[in-house]
Amino acid sequence: MTTELSSANPGRARRQMAADILSKYGIVLAFVILFVALSFAHQNFLSTANLTNVLRQVSINGILAIGMTYVILTGGIDLSVGSVLALCGVVAGSLVTGADPANPALAFLAGIGVGALVGAINGILIARFKVTAFVVTLGMLSMARGATLLYSDGRPIPNLSPEFRWFGQGFVMGVPVPVIVFALVFIIAFIVLRYTVYGRWIYAVGGNIKSARTSGIPTRSVIFSAYMIMGALAGLAGVILTARTTSALPQAGLGYELDAIAAVVIGGTSLVGGVGSVTYTLIGALIIGVISNGLDLLGVSSYYQQIIKGAIIVVAVLIDRSRHSNP
Amino acid sequence: MAGNPSATAVEPRREAREDADLRAMGYELDPDLLLAATDVAKAYSGVPALIDGRIRLRRGSVHALCGGNGAGKSTFLNILMGLQKADSGTILAKGRVVRYGSAAEALADGVAIITQELSPVLDMTVAENIYLGREPRRGGWFVDKKKMVADAAALFARLKFDIDPRAQMRHLSVAKIQLVEIAKAISRDSDILIMDEPTSAIGEKEAATLFAAIASLREQGVGIIYVSHRLTDIFSIADDYTVFRDGRFIETGSLADIDRKRLISLIVGRDLADQQARPTTARGETMIAAEGFSRDGQFEDISVSIARGEIVGLYGLMGAGRSEFANALYGNGRKDKGTVTIEGRPVEIRSPTDALAAGIAMITEDRKETGLVLTSTVSQNVVLAALKRFARGGFVSGRREAEAVDAQIKRFRIRTASRHLLVQHLSGGNQQKVVLARCIETDPKILICDEPTRGIDEGAKREIYAFLSDFAAKGNAVLLISSEIPEILANADRIIVFRRGRIAGELPAAEASQDALVHLAS
Repeated sequence: MTTELSSANPGRARRQMAADILSKYGIVLAFVILFVALSFAHQNFLSTANLTNVLRQVSINGILAIGMTYVILTGGIDLSVGSVLALCGVVAGSLVTGADPANPALAFLAGIGVGALVGAINGILIARFKVTAFVVTLGMLSMARGATLLYSDGRPIPNLSPEFRWFGQGFVMGVPVPVIVFALVFIIAFIVLRYTVYGRWIYAVGGNIKSARTSGIPTRSVIFSAYMIMGALAGLAGVILTARTTSALPQAGLGYELDAIAAVVIGGTSLVGGVGSVTYTLIGALIIGVISNGLDLLGVSSYYQQIIKGAIIVVAVLIDRSRHSNP
Repeated sequence: MAGNPSATAVEPRREAREDADLRAMGYELDPDLLLAATDVAKAYSGVPALIDGRIRLRRGSVHALCGGNGAGKSTFLNILMGLQKADSGTILAKGRVVRYGSAAEALADGVAIITQELSPVLDMTVAENIYLGREPRRGGWFVDKKKMVADAAALFARLKFDIDPRAQMRHLSVAKIQLVEIAKAISRDSDILIMDEPTSAIGEKEAATLFAAIASLREQGVGIIYVSHRLTDIFSIADDYTVFRDGRFIETGSLADIDRKRLISLIVGRDLADQQARPTTARGETMIAAEGFSRDGQFEDISVSIARGEIVGLYGLMGAGRSEFANALYGNGRKDKGTVTIEGRPVEIRSPTDALAAGIAMITEDRKETGLVLTSTVSQNVVLAALKRFARGGFVSGRREAEAVDAQIKRFRIRTASRHLLVQHLSGGNQQKVVLARCIETDPKILICDEPTRGIDEGAKREIYAFLSDFAAKGNAVLLISSEIPEILANADRIIVFRRGRIAGELPAAEASQDALVHLAS
């Protein structure tokens, strides 16, 4: 009834639209305030070295969070990203270690390929066999981690070739390679979601899958592809993280799903699906990165940091809830 | 209250009517009278839903309560059940004036309802369901399962119901589940049973089971108020009838003294003149022919063809299989059998994607549930089914989208502040126009409309009728599904009536009448 009433009065509908716009930019405002506050709180925060460091850290989570945005927009979730990231890292790392390392591009593509494959398995189970995304990806979280340990024999893979390490440690015109990769991923993801037919399909499937189906949208393929994209991006993040840390660690990425989901949620993307964008996820990822960095600089114990980060996620969802439930 | 003079007029009379007066009026002289309601009225924020509700239910009888949509039956039943309070009127249950404040009070007094929406605990056994919340105990703590099963078995034996008390609820048919609900009511010593459309969701054979049970209950002295649109059912099991129309009591009597035709005319009412059928347009060759559509338990051997320029109406009661057939035709629901030819060429339709490619578009029954993406904008919704037309190389052209959407907003006079407004902020009528615009963007030759005017205002309705007529006149075909008889009479060229998943008959709209449609459908 409330919707019927609001439209009976175009003025009110317009005010509603204004409120929508304001709530959209609230997150940007929060980021700016946080940024300015930290600039005053610590003199090193604004240094080039520190900001570069923040961006490099944000890149890994940001890449995961962008894939997660796609999945969550369709109304799903992927809990397996941390494990998939580790699996792809050790696979890529194993190719470029030792006396005769493979072409780094091959390792790079292998990492992404393994990720896409795991994502495809998730996608088939969810889209074709209608198993809940939560259950499928929770299972995959365990399986991919097990596969990682099995593949690496539970040990780090050291001595990665310098050519491969460039993906994590190199610079192009003074900008770290991970940051460049993240920027490219963001721009492509943004354009696809905003301007392509496929992007519209993602929103429609998450917004109302029955309506999407009635409108002739291949809903299964859309859901499947979202998980595959997520897997490929987890692979990409795994390759970059491995290249940055100089050896492939089988225990890499533990708990990364939390940060990725947090970035999406803080960005205001609805966990029910159909509402959100990668732009806000980017800001969400930046907020998480800046908070972690700021707390580090201020010398807050990492134990407290976990509590603070968790609380921020819950508060973000709370704000989101009150924003959407107001009539 | 000011807008409801009839209710205020009744008010003082109610005050005067004390028990003594009622006795003086002779109520207690009839111990077989289980329930007597008179002058029951109820208005919702000034709009009367029930003006004069009456019924006299005898012990050991089945009393059919008849009436069309908006006759006031539901309001009346809700008042009898204590779910709502009457504004005025008197209800006597077993000789006492009652005024139930809640369903629990009504239940304690022996009044129980068996609704369409049954809510059994499916993972429990039959016996557990019957004694839910009042399980026989052993030692105060433990459920005495043996006694519970034995009690249930005895109850079924008495009622002559063929049900195993140890069976899982989940494995029972809908009719059997209703029987369990009935047994549950009887086990609570209910002697006034209200059954609301008990056969709407069940098949012929199952209905026979239910009717046998009802006959058995009647023998046990239970009084049953039986509400159904299916006149065939009413004539086969009911003893008495009471007809409501537009919130008023119309007539009561014994079914033995009335025929089907007269009952229909009482329900439909003579004052409501049949509307003029739409002027027939030039009819072309067959546009679409669906042959032999069947789906187990839903619809059986349905063949429908629509010519160019024709609007074919599908009428039928709830659960008659109309929507299921339409969805199967659109590829949105399963079918076991059935072929489709469009303009003489066979077409295989397995999904809405296939249907859209074949030139069929569909307005589904529930615009919020299956029609719109409420979280998206007007614009995104309008172009959703035809995105490829606005895209080159996978990219949607914003300019062409904006042009098309603005044209549709103008054409259908969709009242929206902007095409970027979320569609959830529009009114029902405007939302429905968005759904229609989306269908039209796909440039269809065939339009399936399932209840296209449900819950929208009169103005929007008229615009939609005008559009459909215009659409057909351009040589397209329309399948119009509606449960509103006047709507279907006024807008279809030919009307096909569904009854229990089969085609019960077909009438040219010019020769059809409300009576004829009701007769065929029930």
